[in-house]
Amino acid sequence: MRSELLFRVAIGACAVLLVALVAAIGLELVRESSLSIQTFGLRFWLTKTWDPVAGEFGALPFIWGTLYSSVLALLISTPIALGIAIFISELCPAWLRTPLVFLTELLAAIPSIVYGLWAIFVLVPAVRQLEASTPAVLRALPLFSGPPLGVGMLAAALVLAVMVIPFTSAVAREVLKTVPVVQREAAYALGATRFEAIRSAIFFARTGIVGAIMLGFGRALGETMAVTMVIGNNPQISASLFAPQYTMAAVIANEFTEATDELYLNALVEIGLVLFIITLIVNAGSRVLIWAMSRSVAPAAPRQAAAATAA
Amino acid sequence: MSRSLTRLVCVLAALMIGACGGGPPQASQQTANGSAAGGTLQINGAGATFPNPIYSKWFSEYNRQHPNVAINYQPIGSGGGVRQLTNRTVFFGASDMPMTDEQIKAAPGPVLHFPTVLGAVVPVFHVEGVNELKFSGPVLADIYLGRITKWNDAAIAKLNPAVKLPATDIAVVHRSDGSGTTFIFLDYLSKVSSEFKSKVGVNSSVNWPVGVGGKGNEGVAGLVSQTPGAIGYVELIYALQNKIDFGSIQNAAGEFVKASPDSVTKAAAGATVPDDFRVSITSAPGAGAYPIASFTWLLLYQDSGDAAQARAMVDFVKWAVTDGQKFATDLGYAPLPQNVATRELDALQKIKVS
Repeated sequence: MRSELLFRVAIGACAVLLVALVAAIGLELVRESSLSIQTFGLRFWLTKTWDPVAGEFGALPFIWGTLYSSVLALLISTPIALGIAIFISELCPAWLRTPLVFLTELLAAIPSIVYGLWAIFVLVPAVRQLEASTPAVLRALPLFSGPPLGVGMLAAALVLAVMVIPFTSAVAREVLKTVPVVQREAAYALGATRFEAIRSAIFFARTGIVGAIMLGFGRALGETMAVTMVIGNNPQISASLFAPQYTMAAVIANEFTEATDELYLNALVEIGLVLFIITLIVNAGSRVLIWAMSRSVAPAAPRQAAAATAA
Repeated sequence: MSRSLTRLVCVLAALMIGACGGGPPQASQQTANGSAAGGTLQINGAGATFPNPIYSKWFSEYNRQHPNVAINYQPIGSGGGVRQLTNRTVFFGASDMPMTDEQIKAAPGPVLHFPTVLGAVVPVFHVEGVNELKFSGPVLADIYLGRITKWNDAAIAKLNPAVKLPATDIAVVHRSDGSGTTFIFLDYLSKVSSEFKSKVGVNSSVNWPVGVGGKGNEGVAGLVSQTPGAIGYVELIYALQNKIDFGSIQNAAGEFVKASPDSVTKAAAGATVPDDFRVSITSAPGAGAYPIASFTWLLLYQDSGDAAQARAMVDFVKWAVTDGQKFATDLGYAPLPQNVATRELDALQKIKVS
């Protein structure tokens, strides 16, 4: 009886510790950036100038760069990661499964500095080739404007996508594994084709799959080293995939060690705070999304079954 | 609904507990005083990455000769070195840029600067069919301001009449990470171009008007070597060790000088060095002086409050600026000119050792 209580208190403390840790990080970020918060206020989020010499700091280009690169990475990685997950869980012959799982998980174990070096020496020259051979008609579009430098948004999004794939596909695979066999058997029993059966399994697992994608998004938001090495580190807001841009994590990694004056340091910490807040919002948003989806799952499932019958 | 409400209340309560009880822990200030465990005096320092190769060599060599003194150096960046010195978390700092008057005022006691070696920054380029180029300060400044955008610009062609320059765009590359290298380069450009000084200024990171940022010397060198038409700047050691072509620069005396340990030492010899050694030697006068050069400094408190460590550091600096200089050239640094080393030996007497 007493040991039960002790156990409860101990694991309860662990949970509280985690929450306290997050709160402490938030508080510390606010405390260390107070000078910048007081000086710039909301302007920090909305202005474009980052000038350490003049002491003018605005985070907007970094916020833009972080969100743009992460969304692009997500657009590239999601179809591939889901393809891998579905193939492994539904279609893959048993002898191929273990090596395939091992290889995708190996991708997650590669340190990001290695990805960065690979990107500099392999990906960036390839991207430069691609950029140089883009026809002039396309180059006139804002999406493809700018000189073919190789480094820039496209290179960053591609390397991010490669880094995100193993996370999204691993979680999506586990989620697909949890779909009851009955679900598939029922689909087959109703005369569904293999494609339709898999589709119903994916539909069953969709909240978990969204969770997997959001996990990848969170990873992309905070990735630092590989992105810093290929994004070009130029704080500008541009829709162009070819333009060098900048992310929040990259500017902190680049400038923190040499920043000396107080306001500059505070501004860099506030960038960290902005990243912290955006990550919180993204995570909370995905929670809400998953919650909304799982709430609608009960009435939706029979409808799907009905649709399958109709087909 | 009521369940999620309960959960929300739980989370809020936990947050409040976290905010009250688990606030930021008191930073356990690591003491600046080294331990004298086992008869070995441990001295901690931190700062610039640029001189790290020679400092590592010096500290291990000095430890071999004086087994009772172990100096531990963390290359965390010049800014970090100054911060840690100011907070007294390390006994000495190291920086590629002299501390400003405000920084010295912010420190708890008078800080002295001791130049240890010299470094230089060189312009590297990648132009098809060209491996020798001459630059002048104003031309470099205009390239980095985005005023000169083509390799066959009249200003570049005038300096290089014998070179056939292509009509390609110049791809400007700079350091993305805050760096002493950037500081030295900008210090030079601001001296030779008033427009550069007012538009960009001098710092370890700035708001660059043009170009892409590469991380570290290797990032800049990688971008320059891969991108046709690129120009960048790296440390002399880095260009020498990796056999990268770099241009010569017109110095204050009007000569075109290529960076070498010799031309860098000449820059320091020709400069007027004040008693506190806080001096920029870019664009130095004198024949044969390379214009984008700088000292790198060790930072010590005049009165550190720890006589044993202070005495050991004074002995070390004495050794470094005399016998230690022979290691400089092999590692790609330029040795101090004799007159500066001699004056440092005098200045070391200011440090309180008892």
